[in-house]
Amino acid sequence: MSETYRGIWVVAFRELLRFVADRSRMISSFMFPLIFLVVFGAGFSRIVGRLEGDVNFIQFIYPGIIAMTVVMSSLFAGTSVVVDREYGFLKEVLVAPLSRVGIILGKALGGSLTALIQGTIMLAIAPLVGLSISPLLVLQLLPTLLVLSLSLSGLGILMATRMRSQQGFQFLMQLMVFPLIFLSGVFFPVQGVPTWLQIVAKFNPLTYGVDAIRQIFLGPRASGSVAELPGNETISTGVILFNHPMGIIEDVAVIGAIGAVLLLAGVWSFSRTEA
Amino acid sequence: MPIIEVDNLSKQFGEIKAVDGVSFKVEEGEVFGFLGPNGAGKTTTINMLCTLLRPTSGQARVAGLDVIKDKNDVRRAIGLVFQETTLDDYLTAEQNILFHALAYAVPSEVRKQRTKELLTLMELWERRKSKIRTYSGGMKRRLEIARGLVHLPRVLFLDEPTLGLDPQTRNRIWEYILDLREKQGLTIFLTTHYMDEAEHSDRIAVIDHGKIVALNTPDSLKDQVGGDVLTISSDNNELVEDELRDKYGLVPEVNNGTVSVRVPGGEEFLPQFVRAYEGTLQSIGLRRPTLEDVFLHLTGREIRDEKVDERALMRNAMRARYR
Repeated sequence: MSETYRGIWVVAFRELLRFVADRSRMISSFMFPLIFLVVFGAGFSRIVGRLEGDVNFIQFIYPGIIAMTVVMSSLFAGTSVVVDREYGFLKEVLVAPLSRVGIILGKALGGSLTALIQGTIMLAIAPLVGLSISPLLVLQLLPTLLVLSLSLSGLGILMATRMRSQQGFQFLMQLMVFPLIFLSGVFFPVQGVPTWLQIVAKFNPLTYGVDAIRQIFLGPRASGSVAELPGNETISTGVILFNHPMGIIEDVAVIGAIGAVLLLAGVWSFSRTEA
Repeated sequence: MPIIEVDNLSKQFGEIKAVDGVSFKVEEGEVFGFLGPNGAGKTTTINMLCTLLRPTSGQARVAGLDVIKDKNDVRRAIGLVFQETTLDDYLTAEQNILFHALAYAVPSEVRKQRTKELLTLMELWERRKSKIRTYSGGMKRRLEIARGLVHLPRVLFLDEPTLGLDPQTRNRIWEYILDLREKQGLTIFLTTHYMDEAEHSDRIAVIDHGKIVALNTPDSLKDQVGGDVLTISSDNNELVEDELRDKYGLVPEVNNGTVSVRVPGGEEFLPQFVRAYEGTLQSIGLRRPTLEDVFLHLTGREIRDEKVDERALMRNAMRARYR
């Protein structure tokens, strides 16, 4: 058992060391979400108008942008596995007296902690979009982000265990990241899209992450209630699963469940590939 | 008691038997050379010994521990330096060693003392705070050797430890390695393509087609080749060949336009041959057999024929570019 615990913290520790050492990575994982926030925010604010409860469009997408930062950073856990394999460091890890399960969980934890740091830094711009931060909000947000990032690290690692080259993995990531982000309700309410897209979105763990974070910032009204559409039609801005509007805890539970499956699959796949 | 015991070890990949019933023993404190052409089963054997690959059948024990059942104990007992670098480029030398020490659960007091001792020995102490990216190939290799020793292993596996390094750096690294063996009673398991490097071995095993084809001290192996090596080039190599074969009953070989033949008591044979030969000779040479000859004799291939160096150099260049 000690080989598993040690594996987890030693590998996670190194991910953090490396995160600190590699500033370009830190900056690049901020740029993308920030550009989205500015461009989409500025571009759509006018035509979208106000949502119920005096929430403007930038405030509506801002929680999703935090989720997006965390996702980009978590998926990096997968990149890190592929890069380590390509540049040989993985061998150093594999010949050490550490269990395979520990190594993979350590990668996931390391990826999540860095994602958590990035997500927390993104909090700093909340006042700029007119949202206030309270200690209670931070207390709710951090565990949510941790669960979300662990789940997505699981996804990244699962994809990475079979990939041999960085190029191949990057390609696969691009293929995954866009649908993952665009079909998660970051930019529009999931309930407002055609049924087939809704179904796809509801299999996406990020959908629940965005919903949970949005509720933490904007209050539960963002879930149960409505956005006004032309012609007095209304839709919920939250996520409704089997006719049930999801609350924060329920959202986190769904992400956790999906994440547990992804992580288990990742561990299994990795242990099979590396003796 | 031998520190490595390999008993009828085999590894099969699909139809291919990469390692086919290999058995040998390595004594504690020995420098053990493990040679063979590419694809002969060298790396597969090493990977099984250091628990990276599960044997198909057979047994291997390192430091008295079973490589299948006691994986993590074997890992603690060995240090590894691979052909390709396995350092984290973004971290400093000190951080790389720190990671290693933590992974092997080395107590922090021991870690501090060993880090200083080993980095000083490898002349890297001054550069301990520099990122690996700024290191030269020789420095990286030295750091890897230092790192591989932080947890006080009993066996150090060196897989092509000086591949792609210049001759001076190679010599330096060998001084360090032999010094370590002297001071720490370390057992060294070595693979190399450089035959002068293999000379450092106390004993050498040659593997070909997954089987051990010879295992002995370098001197005995050279004796096995059967006498001195005579190399002759002339206007008419066929005539030389015929004469050697018909008149003296020898087995000549032609390589790159020269005829080479192994003959016991070369000093006496040489004048005798020159006197009797009717054609024109261009050059003639006589030397004691080298490990290169041993290798050629045993495997039918020259170790340097292989593309390994070129490929490794290219890979390193590519890495440097795309990093």
